[in-house]
Amino acid sequence: MPFIGTLGLVLVTLFSHWRRHPVQGLAWLSGLLLATALWSGVQALNAQARDSYDRAASLFDGAALPSLVAREGSLLAQTDYSALRRQGWPVSPVLEGRLEFPRTEADPLRLTLVGIDPLTLPAEATAGQAVDGTGSDLIAFLTNPGRTLVSPDSLRALQASPGDRISTTDEQMLPPLAVNASIPPGSLLVDIGFAQRLLSREGQVNRLLIPDDPSWLDRPLPANVAERLRWQAGQSEEDLGRLTDSFHLNLTALGLLAFVVGLFIVHGSTGLAFEQRRGLLRTLRACGVSQRTVLVGLLTELLLLALVAGLLGLCLGYLVAGWLLPDVAASLQGLYGARVSDQLHLDPQWWLTGLGMALGGALLASLSSLWQAARMPVLALARSEAWGQRQSGQLRLQTRVGLVLLAGAVLILTTGSGLVLAFAGLAALLLGAALCLPMVLSLCLRLGQRFARGPLSEWFWAETRQQLSGLSLALMALLLALAANVGVGGMVDSFRLTFTGWLDQRLAAEAYLNADSPQQAERIDNWLQQQPDVDAVLPTVQATVRYGDWPLEINGIRPHATYEDYWPVLQLRPGAWFNLAAGQGALVSEQWVRTHGSGPGDEVTLTGDRAWTLTIEGVYADYGNPRPQMLVSGSALSDWYTGTPRQGFSLRLPPEKASDLVAKARDELSLSDFAAIDQASVRGFSEQVFERTFVATGALNTLTLAVAAIALFTSLLTLSHSRLPQLAPLWAQGVTRRHLAWLEGARTLGLALLTVLLAIPLGLLLAWVLVAVINVEAFGWRLPLYFFPLQWLTLAGLALISALLATAWPAWRLGRQSAGRWVRVFATEGGH
Amino acid sequence: MRLLLISLALILAACSDPTPGGDDAVTQGFAGLGGDADEFAQVDPSQPLQFPEDHAAHPEYRIEWWYATANLQDQQGRRYGIQWTLFRQALEPEAQLGDWQDGQVWMAHVGLTTAEDHWQGERFGRSGGGQAGVVTEPFYQAWLDDWSLKEVRAPGSERSPSALDPLSHLRLQADTDDFAYDLVLQTDQSLVLHGDDGFSRKSERGQASWYYSQPFYQVNGRLTLPDGEQVTVRGDGWLDREWSSQPLAPEQQGWDWFSLQLDSGERVMLFRLREDDDDESFRAGTWISVAGEATPLTPQQIDMTPTETTEVAGRTVPVGWRLRLPDFGLDIDTHPLNPQSWMDTSIPYWEGPVEFSGSHTGRGYLEMTGY
Repeated sequence: MPFIGTLGLVLVTLFSHWRRHPVQGLAWLSGLLLATALWSGVQALNAQARDSYDRAASLFDGAALPSLVAREGSLLAQTDYSALRRQGWPVSPVLEGRLEFPRTEADPLRLTLVGIDPLTLPAEATAGQAVDGTGSDLIAFLTNPGRTLVSPDSLRALQASPGDRISTTDEQMLPPLAVNASIPPGSLLVDIGFAQRLLSREGQVNRLLIPDDPSWLDRPLPANVAERLRWQAGQSEEDLGRLTDSFHLNLTALGLLAFVVGLFIVHGSTGLAFEQRRGLLRTLRACGVSQRTVLVGLLTELLLLALVAGLLGLCLGYLVAGWLLPDVAASLQGLYGARVSDQLHLDPQWWLTGLGMALGGALLASLSSLWQAARMPVLALARSEAWGQRQSGQLRLQTRVGLVLLAGAVLILTTGSGLVLAFAGLAALLLGAALCLPMVLSLCLRLGQRFARGPLSEWFWAETRQQLSGLSLALMALLLALAANVGVGGMVDSFRLTFTGWLDQRLAAEAYLNADSPQQAERIDNWLQQQPDVDAVLPTVQATVRYGDWPLEINGIRPHATYEDYWPVLQLRPGAWFNLAAGQGALVSEQWVRTHGSGPGDEVTLTGDRAWTLTIEGVYADYGNPRPQMLVSGSALSDWYTGTPRQGFSLRLPPEKASDLVAKARDELSLSDFAAIDQASVRGFSEQVFERTFVATGALNTLTLAVAAIALFTSLLTLSHSRLPQLAPLWAQGVTRRHLAWLEGARTLGLALLTVLLAIPLGLLLAWVLVAVINVEAFGWRLPLYFFPLQWLTLAGLALISALLATAWPAWRLGRQSAGRWVRVFATEGGH
Repeated sequence: MRLLLISLALILAACSDPTPGGDDAVTQGFAGLGGDADEFAQVDPSQPLQFPEDHAAHPEYRIEWWYATANLQDQQGRRYGIQWTLFRQALEPEAQLGDWQDGQVWMAHVGLTTAEDHWQGERFGRSGGGQAGVVTEPFYQAWLDDWSLKEVRAPGSERSPSALDPLSHLRLQADTDDFAYDLVLQTDQSLVLHGDDGFSRKSERGQASWYYSQPFYQVNGRLTLPDGEQVTVRGDGWLDREWSSQPLAPEQQGWDWFSLQLDSGERVMLFRLREDDDDESFRAGTWISVAGEATPLTPQQIDMTPTETTEVAGRTVPVGWRLRLPDFGLDIDTHPLNPQSWMDTSIPYWEGPVEFSGSHTGRGYLEMTGY
């Protein structure tokens, strides 16, 4: 018989198994499908976000282009541009501003208008290629009526089509729209001339880009512009990727966890199918089919199934990603100010990687079965072992591996550093714990057996231990999912408690006003002096500079009792506030200590036009802020900083009068909603950002638990098929079928309960790792860990309910099977 | 950026609507200069040139250039050629200079040639923002970035109406990554108007441009060579000013253009516009006496024959020529200082210094486009 023909026959034979066991097949498929879906969904989210950062960063900065900005204010005269050009400086003007478009009355659509000059744009800037990529329409871009390049997302948000001319809320008409995918979401790219007109900034620009060529950066600025311009390092978008890495790593870890849990199902189903098909395989071999053909047949079957499950999983993953994307986008914007397009578009690589994961995962999960099939002797009896009945040696080996992993985890987590290593430690901890689970459960059962009274009870305990190996994979999945839920839930709630407490401290003032220019600051100051309700005005100044490789936010304050009473300090040297007021001391955020490695007592020198040496006097908590921060004296900061710092005012007044004052300030000083805000609103906004940040985490967690429940269900379901031969003798001795069914249910529930009990300490350990190791590595702050017993109870309840549901049907079926089938057990010895 | 440059070259090369069914490069002449240009201002000989007004830019015309070349020599006798060109191109008719949306694009080319090497630079710019432009007040200057051509005047002095032409004393500067120059161009002779008082015909079918020159500059200054060496140089210079909306006929593929500075003091300008299937290309030129009197040359008075070709940038270019003006007793052979004087710019062409011998000796510049 030709090989292909034989293979076809083998395949038909193998597939007949799934026809007879559709639920088992369904379990196999759904396991891989869910695993692929969750993994690829998370990857889609990550890819989407990274794509958005890349576009934002590369509009100007292929490699973080440095630029020249005004020393005073945010605008510089176009004549400074031409003065530099005429001295040979290859600068290129950029003007940026916000435009509002009608959407709803209260909530207009805000987009950033970016004006460029494509002829002088440095070669590194992709904005030039964006202009170029719009169909050789450079002339149209430069000349009236011009072009507005817009990303596909913004086009949808504007509800417009290419070629349309849309108007802003103040009825300014944009040049006709043209779509270009390399434009970052939320941005509109026009020629600088149109930008000046639309933003009413004729003859003005925000900054001058310069090619990333050190010879220009080292050259002194020409005297006639040096007093007005200063260097600004590459834009902060480049930091975005780095800052958000930890967020994405968290997502990836959760996705991987879900994938592994899904693979448990696949592994279980494959193992069962193999055990059940031992006879079949032996018969095939006996009929003369070569071992190679059988193996190729098994492998082909596996790959075909994996292909189907993988493709379906990818589709589901796409849906999951689409469903979670708005929350992830909101988290990223709230946490990091990163704008992420809320429309999914995925490249072929995503599909291929996802499919690769599905195939690889299926292969991995089936490796041991394939190995056994390859070594199966032809003439060995087709013993239908109770599936997965492993020798105790195998259990011992598994436990040993688990213990090694646990030891590795302890080693990594206590001595290692770095986020990736921390996650590796976490993975070792979880996997190690999961591998040790069967042994721990077995020990527990042995303990229980000691208290057994009567033969049925003895049988119950022994049988439970016997069954452990069959259920162990499902229980391991349950353990992982539960521990992840306890751990992540604990971290999120700890964070929430800490965060709210911190907000109370940090937002000690009742209202906040922010100025966007020194003139406006003066107007606000004058206005505040006429407000009788205000008890105290605490002026603040803020500047962002670079220190080392990182952006540094410097907050300048005028020392006041409010700060000493409320500022959320973690460590403080004696006399700290006095030294800070004198302009010689600074408080730094926890992130600073983490990033730069210096702490209280150390000296910091800020460079700039003039070096400024400060002693670190203390450390404070600054949750939710990815950037290092520093608190100094406001007047000293204004003296040192060469640009114009942002000015603001924190106001102390009776809380009930805060919102009226803010409304009045908005009205009389024509401040925007963000420039004048009361404490309650800031708090509301911050808490909202916080909640949305963890929506995606929570959703993934719940999905993981659901996958674990399915794993348990499918394991039980498949087990119930092989239970009959074990139970029939008891039935024959007079135990009713109903009683036996109850015992079966109780056994599973008992095992699930034990697993839940073990999962809680493991989850707490996980929470500790998340809070004390991962969080510190990822965000730079450490949280106190709180305990939430109610949360554990809820979870345990949920787990038991899912175990109950998973047990109910198989048990019920067992109880309902006809007496004839029970009798037949004795007729077909060893049959199933 | 390369993409941008290419697209700019496309603008400059294909500015008007392509002729259906035809190859643009062939049907529109070199760099699209033969394209249809009805909407732009047309060269009208009934409106004579006025100076100094016509030294300014003419944005209503499609294309305009300021073209300076010089043959120079240092104290060791080493020879150099330099080129400085500013092009103005209107992207749309009825454009006004100075606004970002003035519909004008500026392009500048600079070149430095020695017997062994040739270097070049190219830049683009806009008059919006003040990056590029041409002004006549308070003193004359044409610039793109720091590449500039500026009138030299004693500080604080006013230019009186009776004073010499603003172009008679200029400072020419350019600075690239490879080389730089800073030269002073000076003459006390008048401008030379080509053709019919500056109305220069480019084909038998009516294509024409406004065209005048200052061919009598004495040049002094300093070159900075790519190795950083600074050399003091002197020599002869030539400035061309030309503008038009359609200087070439559609069939004309390019031109061969000579500016010759004879050792005997005369100056000669010659050009030939090559057509597809016509050996008898359109020819024109000007014989300029030592005193600066210009005599237009008819096509029949001019004989231009390539004698020697060279491979440059994958093309065959005629770098040696026999030039004959029998009516003026001129019969010379020209040889390039460097046959590889190829301007590898977005619109590439050959431009370099030449010297000649025969009935007369002297030096000049040769420009060949459309090869």
